[in-house]
Amino acid sequence: MHIIVCIKQVPDSAQIRVHPVTNTIMRQGVPTIINPYDLVALEEALRLRDRLGGSVTVLTMGPPTAEDSLRKALTFGADRAVLLTDRYFAGSDTLATSYALAHAIKKVAEMWGEPDIVFTGKQTIDGDTAQVGPGIAKRLKLNQLTYVSAIKELDMDSRTLTVERRAEGGVQVLKTRLPVLITVLEGINEMRRGTMEAALNAARAQVTIWNATDAGIPELTLCGLRGSPTVVKKVFAPGARTEKAHQIETKGLSPAEIAEAALAEIFQRQPAVEADVMRNAESI
Amino acid sequence: MSQAPTQKAAGGSRAGMSKELPEHFKSYKHVWVFIEFEHGAVHPVSFELLGEGRKLADKLGVELAGVLMGAGADEIRDGIAECFEYGADVVYTVTDPILSHYRNEPYTKAMTDLVTTYQPEILLLGATTLGRDLAGSVATTLLTGLTADCTELAIDDERSLAATRPTFGGSLLCTIHTLNYRPQMATVRPRVMPMPERQPGRTGRVVAHPLGMVETDIVTKILQFVPDSESDKAQLAYADIVVAGGLGLKSAENFQLVKALAETLRGEYGGSRPLVQKGWITADRQIGQTGKTIRPKLYIAAGISGAIQHRVGVEGADLIVAINTDPNAPIFDFAHVGIVADALDILPALTDALAKRLYVNRLAG
Repeated sequence: MHIIVCIKQVPDSAQIRVHPVTNTIMRQGVPTIINPYDLVALEEALRLRDRLGGSVTVLTMGPPTAEDSLRKALTFGADRAVLLTDRYFAGSDTLATSYALAHAIKKVAEMWGEPDIVFTGKQTIDGDTAQVGPGIAKRLKLNQLTYVSAIKELDMDSRTLTVERRAEGGVQVLKTRLPVLITVLEGINEMRRGTMEAALNAARAQVTIWNATDAGIPELTLCGLRGSPTVVKKVFAPGARTEKAHQIETKGLSPAEIAEAALAEIFQRQPAVEADVMRNAESI
Repeated sequence: MSQAPTQKAAGGSRAGMSKELPEHFKSYKHVWVFIEFEHGAVHPVSFELLGEGRKLADKLGVELAGVLMGAGADEIRDGIAECFEYGADVVYTVTDPILSHYRNEPYTKAMTDLVTTYQPEILLLGATTLGRDLAGSVATTLLTGLTADCTELAIDDERSLAATRPTFGGSLLCTIHTLNYRPQMATVRPRVMPMPERQPGRTGRVVAHPLGMVETDIVTKILQFVPDSESDKAQLAYADIVVAGGLGLKSAENFQLVKALAETLRGEYGGSRPLVQKGWITADRQIGQTGKTIRPKLYIAAGISGAIQHRVGVEGADLIVAINTDPNAPIFDFAHVGIVADALDILPALTDALAKRLYVNRLAG
């Protein structure tokens, strides 16, 4: 079977700082990582391949430096890696991103076989939209399974699979046909440690690098900023609340005394909460 | 790439582009809210969106409509009435046994058919697992813009939707417009917008629309639905009282102190993102921009520094109480009540003090 995993190289958001004067992101020196949610997708793909055979292709769209993330994916055991990079892709929103990725997947299919499954993470940690996966599914007419928490059954003969999907208020057990696009939930597996052999292979491996033409993208006007219906009008830092917190006196007081004072302050500000707590306690 | 703003996006070639809407989009009018209806009930986020949609519709001088899908007219009758009472002027309905539970294919078809037939200028959906699954498919089918997880919606002076959302994990906010395409789509997470007041007896128009699909058209089948047992799944988003811990608790064992206080308050407990990464709590208990947004009456944050990604998830709380040893922790910038002390001392003291009050109250009868 052939599995394609779409990943994204993202800035490590834990280390992002906002410039205090200009209110812009200070990108310099911020390390990049593979979007953590995508690693869950990659691990799930590698497990399926190890069990059922076939190959895993990792695909990303990004600047030339995104090759680092692809090499990392190869060290985990992916079989091949494709980088889609072109200035035409700069400024893509979710619609333009899914357009470019969908065409790149078609090209991957031409080169290495039709994919049975396309995986993505549930969302990225920089954009957080969770919309590119569904966009790709729609464009390639793949059956869409989002927020998948377990792949219960995969039958390559009948080309059917059964998954558990996190839904509102419960779990849906869904059965559908290949090919599918799956976005996986976090925490369903733990990324393997790459083997020495995979690391050596990764060092030798060629990352396939495509520009828009190589990837066979027909309409450049549908890529990047030009192909994006949404436009960012304004970027700003959240405003500070003018009023600082009212501090409970703590100097020289015991935790019990501080707690009493804090409770009094809380209940004075929120009498409804006090009433609720007292009533709920009685009902038990 | 997604919607991460770039220098180019903010001031690049698109900024100078004509904002003239193509002729075929000029007839697009009115504000719509997708009403999430599952297991016999409307998801509260849909009412929150009706409240927000009402403001947008009034500003534009147009109607507010809800879109409600379900198995049959009887099943959704109460849901329709609720839509009117929470502010809708019109409710578009699509009913078919195929729609009794959410599936991407039929819901996408119903939604896109309605949009192309009745042509709304704005379409809002809840950023739930259902709403996010549906929104991406609908926007891609219609080839229009979609802004995910908005925290503020407004109409600008050119009558277009200005959708503000956090970006880079909440470090920054950006305002996004959809140029030259309709409808302008946005999703909003539960509890980000306040619940509007219900107006009993308020009513409106119902417009029924056919689905035009048969079950054999649909590849994906639902074999089973396993509801969350209420006991072990966090009901954080809609809890009135929430106690949460952060790295200041120093160990997974100490997190018990958070649970104990939450239990005494009959509230829910949660934690900041690093605790999920450390495995101290499960992901469904994460509070913040990438976890749950909460709007409780009382929020107690113990040993949480208050990074912006946490802040955007709790700002809607009526009362925020922060316990932190660092007097300069950013959490004191948005908490209402601060306690500069070690959470490991204060949490058990609060639990004891509260237990004492409850005991006295019970004696007093």
